[in-house]
Amino acid sequence: MKISHFIEEKTLLIDITEEIDHHASEKIRRRVDYEIQRFMPKKVVFNFEMVKFMDSAGIGLLIGRYKTAKMYGGQVELVNVSEKIKKIFEMSGILRIMNIIENNNEIFCKKI
Amino acid sequence: MNNNEMKVEFLSRSVNEGFARAVVSSFVSQLDPTIEELSDIKTAVSEAVTNSIIHAYPNVEGKITVKGRLVENEVELEISDNGVGIENVEKAKEPLFTTKGNLERSGMGFAIMENFMDELNVESILGLGTKITMKKKIKKYAFDNNKFCK
Ligand SMILES: Nc1ncnc2c1ncn2[C@@H]1O[C@H](COP(=O)(O)OP(=O)(O)O)[C@@H](O)[C@H]1O
Ligand SMILES: [Mg+2]
Repeated sequence: MKISHFIEEKTLLIDITEEIDHHASEKIRRRVDYEIQRFMPKKVVFNFEMVKFMDSAGIGLLIGRYKTAKMYGGQVELVNVSEKIKKIFEMSGILRIMNIIENNNEIFCKKI
Repeated sequence: MNNNEMKVEFLSRSVNEGFARAVVSSFVSQLDPTIEELSDIKTAVSEAVTNSIIHAYPNVEGKITVKGRLVENEVELEISDNGVGIENVEKAKEPLFTTKGNLERSGMGFAIMENFMDELNVESILGLGTKITMKKKIKKYAFDNNKFCK
């Protein structure tokens, strides 16, 4: 996992590189919550480009981060979501509280 | 004939979730599944094994068994534990039902197993353990000569 901060946009970009299961999600949760509390972002963007596998642990992980982000006045967005992962998002109803956004490259270019 | 069988046993440690997926994925590959079929099977196995790790053995370490069988073009998987068992299976299978909301569980495990596989069967006895059996047919694809003639 790689975390990038965009000061101007008050955005955290989380590039997830691991397979998202119960085992991996505990580590991701701890690091992302730490960064949200420190940086108080307006947006937390999860990039799924490199995620080869996700099960229902990903749903619990994202709902949890949605709650942390919301406490600090922020929201969660998802980018580069493959069809198979989208299928799980759609089943869970999670897209009612967070959006899949277009991959607009700007955000990936001016990280600090 | 494609018929084959396998059995693995491992400890209820979360690091074995990926191990179980890899074993099943490699075993099922003999049937030449599509990437999507393989991904569905891996997800269902991950759900069943994770449930045994988290729910069946909440405070102790126990053993989990995964058995696989290939019969013609069908995959049969059995994931079993000797854990606490499920009080009400019908209720447990309802989407969003979880007894571990505090651990960021989503209650989507059984819904995913049901949706991603063709058949799901849950047998559980309180205090004795749980056995999940799942089946999925791998579609046969006729060889398409035309795709080389464009
Ligand atoms: N192997 C098992 N042993 C004991 N209880 C289980 C087992 N598998 C599932 N359960 C029970 O069924 C419920 C629903 O499971 P599931 O749909 O996977 O949701 P989740 O794992 O997110 O709680 C669990 O919360 C748990 O109470
Ligand atoms: Mg589960």
